[in-house]
Amino acid sequence: MYPKSLKYSQSHEWVKVDKDIATVGITDFATKQLTDLVYVELPSLEGRVSKGSSFGAVESVKAVSDLCSPVSGKIIKVNEKLSMQPEIINQDPYGEGWMIKVKIEDQTELDTLMDSEEYEELVKKEK
Amino acid sequence: MREPLIFEKSREDRRGYSLPECDVGRKGVEKLIPGNYLRQGRLGLPQVSEPDVVRHFVRLSQQNIGIDTNFYPLGSCTMKYNPKVNEDIAQLPGFTRIHPYQPEVSVQGTLQLLHQMEILLCELSGMDRVSLQPAAGAHGELTSLMMIKAYYENKKEERDTILIPDSAHGTNAASSNFCGFRIIEIKSNESGVIDLDDLKDKMSQKVAALMLTIPNTLGLFEPGILQIARIVHNKEGFLYLDGANLNALLGIVRPSDLGIDIMHFNLHKTFSTPHGGGGPGSGPVGVKRTLAAYLPVPTVEKNSKGYYLDYNRARSIGKVRSFYGNIGVIIRAYCYLRSLGKEGLKKISYNAVLNANYLMQRLKNYFYLPYDQPCMHEFVLSGKDGEMKEVRTLDIAKRLLDFGFHPPTIYFPLIVKEALMIEPTETECKETLDAFASAMIEIRKEIEENPSAVKEAPHNLSIGRLDEVKASRQLKLRW
Repeated sequence: MYPKSLKYSQSHEWVKVDKDIATVGITDFATKQLTDLVYVELPSLEGRVSKGSSFGAVESVKAVSDLCSPVSGKIIKVNEKLSMQPEIINQDPYGEGWMIKVKIEDQTELDTLMDSEEYEELVKKEK
Repeated sequence: MREPLIFEKSREDRRGYSLPECDVGRKGVEKLIPGNYLRQGRLGLPQVSEPDVVRHFVRLSQQNIGIDTNFYPLGSCTMKYNPKVNEDIAQLPGFTRIHPYQPEVSVQGTLQLLHQMEILLCELSGMDRVSLQPAAGAHGELTSLMMIKAYYENKKEERDTILIPDSAHGTNAASSNFCGFRIIEIKSNESGVIDLDDLKDKMSQKVAALMLTIPNTLGLFEPGILQIARIVHNKEGFLYLDGANLNALLGIVRPSDLGIDIMHFNLHKTFSTPHGGGGPGSGPVGVKRTLAAYLPVPTVEKNSKGYYLDYNRARSIGKVRSFYGNIGVIIRAYCYLRSLGKEGLKKISYNAVLNANYLMQRLKNYFYLPYDQPCMHEFVLSGKDGEMKEVRTLDIAKRLLDFGFHPPTIYFPLIVKEALMIEPTETECKETLDAFASAMIEIRKEIEENPSAVKEAPHNLSIGRLDEVKASRQLKLRW
């Protein structure tokens, strides 16, 4: 049920890799746990993210959660639409709900991420 | 029945007052005030009669669910009953009819009370000095962090980091960040308390302080507290106590004996002054001698002539609150302390802990209890997805309203999924606790048999489930 073409982090972000560009968002499971999002804080362009550290935050009526970057690199694109319409993340987490695009610095970082089957196992444990 | 907004009751030219004809010559407002300052549109105030106004607000007040009407087990907030004698004392004219600009000599009674309050809080906590000025807990945190910062600046030591456990109150991180510190999170171990190895790894000469809540937000005492203090002190950092959960410790555990160097109290939680609805609160800060010079001004001192306010403190971080703090709240807390006395305070904590453990035992077979061990004054259940047929903690909280209970704290602490944090406090009798337990057990049954009753709650209140998401996304506060 989690797209096979993506890789996943322990903290419920997904990554789509296209050569040296990583697109990052949060998984359907994460959005369901958070419930309807009401606010998103995303980084500014030209900034840098590093693997495992926070690149922004999402807020629902329930709680605020950090967004953790699954890869390190320069931010080359930010999904500006989300700040006005955070509900897009709930509606289409793997498509229109993408958050940032990062120029990957170190391809080996991708090896530590999970594939969809491994991620499904993680979700089962967390339920 | 839904009470309409007062604006909906408005009728053109209806008045709640009648004034005699003005005996001063009339002059149009446009002749007195330049046109660019005049309102163009209508003022739009509701036009209602006096009984309309009175009935409207009395009805609204009757729909409140508060500590004087209902059981209110709000974890981490210690919503304890506010003894009415506190109100009587705080309303004595000697307290209410004074002004902060009066000469000290004419407010000796109030200054004496403040001075004694400091002594009482010092005795309870083992701290050397206390400032009563901060207006709430988070303000106490900020005041403390400013003092710690000033201390290291004075020593010309660069320390830019505060350690905060992952179970901490959000205010700890917010205060640190506001004060310009970097935050490093300390993990909890599988027993729900500080992971000592993680703390050892992260403690360094860059760390200014570790902020701890004891008992922590899971309602658990830190068994490793003395080791924690050693780890922090070995690197010459400060150990800070967030006093939100002091209700479990009164007269039994003295924070200074645990190695605490600096802390805040919440008079509005532990010491029974009213809170909720945004205050006013009071978050006094206590410090060991090392930090005393940095306390905010003024401090209340005593010499041969009487009590006075001391502004002459060279290393003080300055003022953090106008005048002397929220005096009315401090008076109530003082009254509470004095009416209970040392032995009474101990009983408060014994009963708070007993009540929490009783409820935990009654509920743990019906709801998932992630940290299954004796608790202190509160405990955290989980409305975890898998077992709950899509019913979430929010739904349980709303359904409790139908049973006449204020819901517990939900979705905090963050380390428990779908958290439900229950703090019964000491004043509740067994019958009330049993009634609450029965309601929770009833709701658990409904989740199995009729989940929609829970998912669509509340059913018995004047209004049903509010659309909180829409309210956040499209905030509209005006009629």
